[in-house]
Amino acid sequence: MFNTLSRMIRTGILTEPLPAGGEAPPAVESMQHDLWKILGRALCIRHVDAGSCNGCELEIHALNNPYYNLEGAGIKFVASPRHADLLLVTGPVSVNMEEALRRTYDAIPEPKIVVAIGDCSACGGMFSARGENKPASYASRGGIANVIPVNHTVRGCPPAPAAILAGILQAVAAC
Amino acid sequence: MIFDSFDQPMNPLPSNIACSHASLSAVEWQRTADELKEIGATFLTLWGSDNCDRNGGFSIHSAFLHPEGTFVLTHAIASLTNPTYPTLAHAFPAALRMERATRDLLGIASTAPDQRPWLRHNGWAANIYPLRKDFVPQVATDNSQLTTSPYPFVQVEGDGVHEIAVGPVHAGIIEPGHFRFSVVGEKVLRLEERLGYTHRGIAKQFESLAQKDGHRLAARISGDSTVAFSWAYSAALEAITRTVCPVRAVHLRALALEHERIANHLGDLGALGNDAGFAFGLTQFSRLKEDLLRANLDAFGARYLFDTICPGGVAADLPQMAYAHLVHLYRTLDHEVAGLRAIYGEHGGLQDRFRESGLLSSDLARQLGAVGLVARASGIAQDLRVDHPWPPYDKLATTMVTENAGDVAARVQIRFREIFESLRLCRALLAELSHTSVEANPIATTVTAAKPDCLGIGVIEGWRGPVMIALETGANGSIRRCHAHDPSWQNWPLLEYAILRNIVPDFPLINKSFNLSYSGQDG
Repeated sequence: MFNTLSRMIRTGILTEPLPAGGEAPPAVESMQHDLWKILGRALCIRHVDAGSCNGCELEIHALNNPYYNLEGAGIKFVASPRHADLLLVTGPVSVNMEEALRRTYDAIPEPKIVVAIGDCSACGGMFSARGENKPASYASRGGIANVIPVNHTVRGCPPAPAAILAGILQAVAAC
Repeated sequence: MIFDSFDQPMNPLPSNIACSHASLSAVEWQRTADELKEIGATFLTLWGSDNCDRNGGFSIHSAFLHPEGTFVLTHAIASLTNPTYPTLAHAFPAALRMERATRDLLGIASTAPDQRPWLRHNGWAANIYPLRKDFVPQVATDNSQLTTSPYPFVQVEGDGVHEIAVGPVHAGIIEPGHFRFSVVGEKVLRLEERLGYTHRGIAKQFESLAQKDGHRLAARISGDSTVAFSWAYSAALEAITRTVCPVRAVHLRALALEHERIANHLGDLGALGNDAGFAFGLTQFSRLKEDLLRANLDAFGARYLFDTICPGGVAADLPQMAYAHLVHLYRTLDHEVAGLRAIYGEHGGLQDRFRESGLLSSDLARQLGAVGLVARASGIAQDLRVDHPWPPYDKLATTMVTENAGDVAARVQIRFREIFESLRLCRALLAELSHTSVEANPIATTVTAAKPDCLGIGVIEGWRGPVMIALETGANGSIRRCHAHDPSWQNWPLLEYAILRNIVPDFPLINKSFNLSYSGQDG
């Protein structure tokens, strides 16, 4: 127990300022204030992997580490789409995930925001023909927007956690 | 030598480790597999290919690991109308799902009784085989005629037995897959997995790429093993073209591979603590992992090392400032992880959840053909870096880490101990890199287009286990066929056994202790 406590104290607080969401970088307080004004509570995010390589998932995971401290900013991941305000989707949409993605989207109450994460989610990435957002193969439907409406897209392969966080903030600010 | 009885001689295949190949009749194909089982060979992978466009019919290939190296067996199937081949699943149970997947993609069936589809759900018609050379993409994307049929899970019957269906969308930030639990009360009687949700048609996509670009797709098969896959691809192509990768590039590749291993182990150790209710573990390990990822960005130019390795070498050299930074990072990690290991070890609540959970006995692991980290945690000494060290591991004298208990605690210990060993390797590699001059040592060499119809094998010990690429070249620098294998194929079925007699609430913990790839196996 002593070791655990002393390590906590030695580690200290590592949380960094949030990245720029709009024109000016928001302080945690103003971010929380905005979210409160819009939603009346924390922003709840549901994530769906629609066929990614897991690279984007790893970077979304990183948002929960002490450096980015997503929950400290009033944003949390929830276990059910029925609890969510925002859907974070990764991957090109694999044919085998198409129905599950649609159903998850339908299960989120209105109003809802969809943020697509990563190059594959934008246009199918390496799984589309010559970078065009077309269902290039028997197994992939291409970008997320080919299957459900998308509000905001974060490019990158995979995008860094700060870029994902900035994308979430921009999508919320635009609503 | 066990192959003396063959009519066909064994021929060497281009590979980064010793590799021999034989073409066999149907009878020999199965008999050889039985013999390989008897001498304790490990089943690596199985794939099919179509040569109908040049009057060759279909072929089925299998690969095995053995102290002498890799063995690749090929059987040319005679029938074009009803192509079948003898199953290997009786000797190597892990082959079954690969046989089912081969049927989905290529329309050649094994003689195994289980012929349920594996990668094909209801997204394309049952009579469409994407990997056939006469495949027409437009037909496959026309789904107006599709009929959907439910997947026949094996039913468990009896008083009080009920089913819990989980997925494909899970409650966390993870990949999709379906788990069907049959339970009595909270105890698991049976678990059946259904995977394939993230099938993106990787094998087909390879065929649209030039050989020189294939590593970029290989890097995106399983994002947490991007270094291992892009190295395996590059190794296969380099072996075919007889390209000698510069020494400096080889060291940089190994450094990247060990960084990948450490990053994944750190992430898993945190998540395992968290799944047992010890959030402190997640906080501490995720911070250390972030430190490593940021160091990756400074040293390699990418947090997750995508596209760091390319055919012929690596994309970039370490910047000068990276050396001191990495030395410092390794020292910090060594110290911090040792401290956290002591905390994990002394935490009664944590050890209570870890010990005897998700038990996979050594006998069962051997029988079912476990590979990689999971095998080593069940007492099977198997690590390509030690058994078949390819450069630069031939100079590094890697120490194999094994545990005997086969439970979650053992898989936790393997990760701790492998981090220390990887840190030692990183220090040795960094010392080597800092001693050689950047100017006199290139980091990449040109890879010429390979001759058509060459088969090459790249095998790399990734953090999960052996990752393999079988590359068959086409004309003018094209890829005729590329089969990618993730060790998760072998280890997913083991999870179905490890969960038996455990309670449902322990599944997330046990699953995490395996931490298998969905995208890697779905392809």
